[in-house]
Amino acid sequence: MTPTVGHEGGGPGTGAVGPSAAAEPPRIIAYPDGPLLVRGEFEIVGPDGRPVPRSRRTVALCRCGVSSIKPYCDGTHRLVGFRTDPPEPADDAGPGTP
Amino acid sequence: MTDLLAAAHEASRTHPSPVPAGRGTLSRALVADLLGTGADTGAPAADLAGLAAEALAETDDVVHDDDVQLALFCLYELHHAGFAGVDDDREWDPRLIAVRGILEAAFEAALRERVTVPELPEPTSAAVAAALFALTSADGGPSLSRYVARTATAEQLRELLVQRSVYTLGEADPHSWAIPRLRGRAKAALVEIQADEYGGGRPERVHATIFGATLRGVGLRDGYGAYLDDVPAVTLASSNAMSLFGLNRRLRGAIVGHLAAFEMTSSVPSRLYAAGIRRLGFGDDVAWYYDEHVEADAVHEQIAAHDLAGGLVESEPHLLDDVMFGAAACLEVEGWVGAHVLASWKAGRSSLRPGSTAATDAAGAAGAA
Repeated sequence: MTPTVGHEGGGPGTGAVGPSAAAEPPRIIAYPDGPLLVRGEFEIVGPDGRPVPRSRRTVALCRCGVSSIKPYCDGTHRLVGFRTDPPEPADDAGPGTP
Repeated sequence: MTDLLAAAHEASRTHPSPVPAGRGTLSRALVADLLGTGADTGAPAADLAGLAAEALAETDDVVHDDDVQLALFCLYELHHAGFAGVDDDREWDPRLIAVRGILEAAFEAALRERVTVPELPEPTSAAVAAALFALTSADGGPSLSRYVARTATAEQLRELLVQRSVYTLGEADPHSWAIPRLRGRAKAALVEIQADEYGGGRPERVHATIFGATLRGVGLRDGYGAYLDDVPAVTLASSNAMSLFGLNRRLRGAIVGHLAAFEMTSSVPSRLYAAGIRRLGFGDDVAWYYDEHVEADAVHEQIAAHDLAGGLVESEPHLLDDVMFGAAACLEVEGWVGAHVLASWKAGRSSLRPGSTAATDAAGAAGAA
């Protein structure tokens, strides 16, 4: 099983492949000062459940908020000095604060 | 998509390119030798190694020497697509390999002399990636992409595409030489990047093929090597640097560093090129190649910095200096090309070789269409 919904029967990774390949979970790689890369079997959908157009297996999702091609990354985070490890006041960073 | 698929099949038929015209004593003799002109007449084979040594002795700048760079380009091309009318066996002709060795030793020496390698990071993936991001962010030279976004004319855009066509119609190929020379994490990273460059199994999405559509869309020819005779030595030098790093296993660190820097300086400029293309009134078919690179290279740059370059250094720490050299060389050499093009335009000249009418011919053809 893949974690995607309504995706059986289509796309690579389904069909006659070994059990470990079929069960490959999506993996999200959080690169420092950069986007989130997503690799494996997954689907990106909008709030209505419709697929977001996607043209490559591994994608980079915008994490800084300034990409012009959201939800994908366009590299602009570097121009705005986006950091994933900002110095934060010690008393301000509660659990779950990004 | 049917048209694109047809174009993809057409692209596979138009390899290889015609032999270019020689630009000096060495390259003229080499071209004649490749075409077998000497053998037909029973004349003794030209002393190409001697001519190469003479050409190097006479030039004061290997990088900008048309004769040397074209000769080296032709010798490298025998390992890629070859040339129409030249026997495939010439790839491993010992005479030609010897000439290549003479020329590329001088070219590598020139690169090592002119390229400033930054202070070496610790040999860890994280440190190498951070150093590469710092290096590629500090690249503050004049920006060709900004000029194209805001100012360039349609003729200048065509000219730039002609300059790019020499490499981009074979995009990604020189870096693929590294695949069998890597292992583990670095190899997986390189293959993932290259698979995307080559369309992920879809011939109509091969980046070189998409670029062909861009050329056709502005009225240019898209045959492999179509504009080889039009580009100056420095453009050939940028391709030759990739072949030098890619074809020599000892330089696998440099080709990895080169690809990392290439990917890490592509996303943002690609967005600007696409903006310039649309400002000039061209459509999505022309801009697609650059649109594609905005998204693709934002993925590739992360993989290239951390997993390809960083992964290679972790498995072979002694390659650290060549990884950083390759990255710095990429920025330097691409910077030379960009500076040449911008300086030519600001002086009211074409950046192509004197006598080239590629960009204006195309403008006339497109206007008439």
